[in-house]
Amino acid sequence: MAEHTMIDAIRMALSRALDEDETVILFGQDIGIDGGVFRATNGLMQRFGSGRVRDTPLSETVIAGMCVGAAAHGLRPVAEIQFMGFLYSAIDQLANHAARLRNRTRGRLSCPMVLRAPFGGGIKAPEHHSESMEAMLAHIPGLRVVVPGSPTRAYGLLLAAIRDPDPVVFLEPKRLYRAGGEPVEDTGAALPIEQAEVLQEGDDVTLISWGAMLTEAREAVETLADEGISAELVDLSSLKPIDRATLRASVEKTGRCVIVHEAPLTAGLGAEIAADLAEHCLISLLAPVRRVTGYDTVMPYLRLEASYLPSTDRVLRAVRDVMEFA
Amino acid sequence: MPETAFLDARGEVLRDLPDFAREPETLRALYTAMVRARTFDAKAIALQRTGRLGTYASSLGQEAVSVGVAAAMAEEDVFLPSFREHGGQLWRGVTPEELFLYWGGDERGNDFAGPRQDFPVCVPVAAQFPHAAGVALAMQQTGEGVAVAIGGDGATSKGDFYEALNVVGAWDLPAVFVINNNQWAISMPRTEQTRARTLADKAVAAGLPGEQVDGNDVIAVREATARAIGRARGGEGGTLVECVSYRLGDHTTADDASRYRDDAEVSAHWKEEPLIRLRNHLVAEHGWGKAEEDALLRSCHDEIEAAAERYLATAPQPARAMFAHLYASLPEDVAAQAGEAGDG
Ligand SMILES: Cc1ncc(C[n+]2csc(CCOP(=O)(O)OP(=O)(O)O)c2C)c(N)n1
Ligand SMILES: [Mg+2]
Repeated sequence: MAEHTMIDAIRMALSRALDEDETVILFGQDIGIDGGVFRATNGLMQRFGSGRVRDTPLSETVIAGMCVGAAAHGLRPVAEIQFMGFLYSAIDQLANHAARLRNRTRGRLSCPMVLRAPFGGGIKAPEHHSESMEAMLAHIPGLRVVVPGSPTRAYGLLLAAIRDPDPVVFLEPKRLYRAGGEPVEDTGAALPIEQAEVLQEGDDVTLISWGAMLTEAREAVETLADEGISAELVDLSSLKPIDRATLRASVEKTGRCVIVHEAPLTAGLGAEIAADLAEHCLISLLAPVRRVTGYDTVMPYLRLEASYLPSTDRVLRAVRDVMEFA
Repeated sequence: MPETAFLDARGEVLRDLPDFAREPETLRALYTAMVRARTFDAKAIALQRTGRLGTYASSLGQEAVSVGVAAAMAEEDVFLPSFREHGGQLWRGVTPEELFLYWGGDERGNDFAGPRQDFPVCVPVAAQFPHAAGVALAMQQTGEGVAVAIGGDGATSKGDFYEALNVVGAWDLPAVFVINNNQWAISMPRTEQTRARTLADKAVAAGLPGEQVDGNDVIAVREATARAIGRARGGEGGTLVECVSYRLGDHTTADDASRYRDDAEVSAHWKEEPLIRLRNHLVAEHGWGKAEEDALLRSCHDEIEAAAERYLATAPQPARAMFAHLYASLPEDVAAQAGEAGDG
């Protein structure tokens, strides 16, 4: 079977969704003839027509706000925000409207929409094109926030997001878009949207990460194996809600935990996970939970990007610390 | 509302020239600035293609907009450019080396020695317009200066643009908003961006004057912007100026315009590009010859090459520089992280 990159898998899921449900409609900037700046929608306008794969005028407020209206009125909008750095004006629509419509109307109206946005650094993109601000979104009650970690996960989770009855922000780790392929079968099967995935079982320490940082986490797990340390690697996948049961079960087994994320440290999702483990797994913990994250700095321009992104070395140092602690 | 122009595509004079356009030195300066911008663009693209610069947005074909606007400004005015206005930034005194640093991914490129009050380029589309309204508010209080913001045709679809235009009208702020209508917003043509007849028409709802000019005629751009700035300086409030030009290149080096745009359209617009017409006019009226042209090309080439050399020789900042300008003084909480960044 052919190998598919994450961008291929996303395109496959979008195509599948357009095919199976005529209420699905795609919006976004340059998603039509240009196929999206990362080519996630390449060929879809040609196949499904410019009525269902629509280039919007340049307004993120319109993209997100129209999703709310269209979703409440029978469509299933799946919109693309070109880069997460341009999503902020859409947060007003997400927080004040999309995430609340069901609650405000006691279930009378709802908002089954998906907002896709590439995020994260590592591709030497210009200013404002590399941030990881997922915690801002995960803080919004009523929203789902999903990050796929592989082509297979991207396909299944995007289909789940599109079929979900509530608003989902689907954040795509752009460093993984073309980072490698694997066979992805176009079966139409969705993956459970709320589940974290244990990528590798281990006994000594749990590594929790998501998105592009799974690359460094995986490298660390391999190096640790050579050193005789058995690490369990968990792909969080759903940033909101959090699959706390899977995380707790893993840490109860290993007794140690290192959380790795690209986003800044302070008020990042690592804090929520660490707090949850402190509250629920204290008896099992053999060492403090450690976080390896981006710094609390503005995302530097490309010349310093590599210094900002957490390195495999930093992950390894944190793991060795917790291993030495007890 | 027809576009106002003084020179046609071949450089024939269409109407009485404004005073500044009768001065050979001024016209030469405008021409020089456009050639300089084009030389900078070519070098930037070459550096990007060889992995020595980041993604770059060329201003090819739109040099008259950028240069004409900046040339109409006084030193104490403030320029708030989008990411495609290198010609204007260079005119204002930002150096080619600083621009290379910025586009090469080094924040020091924004710490320009020249126009200290000018804003760095604005990448998030249209956000510079509210900033300009704020700069204009501060200027209104001191009674000095005009804020001049420039953005693209796509930018006029953003709330930021409309909302800022509105407050400029409501408060009679000394601001000039210029649209570089290069007729494309990545893959979206101007005709699909809006049903508005012209982008200048968008001023109507804000109660401001709006004017459309030929953005390939640097004289028209400068003249219209100068009038707008004059009104703002005289306390008569803001203006919207739409400059109709054309994006002859790709959106950026990350784009491939052949996916969505006909080569024939681009070729047709090459006939209207802004440099040839002014050169023809200089040749016909002001004794510009091959010697002058060659000397100019050589000096622009030498200047830009030397700037590129200096840029390439500039070592990246140390990792700790991420923290150096985060706050006026770094909170201890964050300072603790700087050590870790230092040792990678
Ligand atoms: C708010 C925002 N949304 C999306 C983008 C991505 N983007 C960069 S330039 C551009 C098109 C801009 O078109 P226009 O305003 O006409 O300016 P031009 O690029 O033609 O100079 C887009 C969509 C952005 N930079 N900012
Ligand atoms: Mg444009």
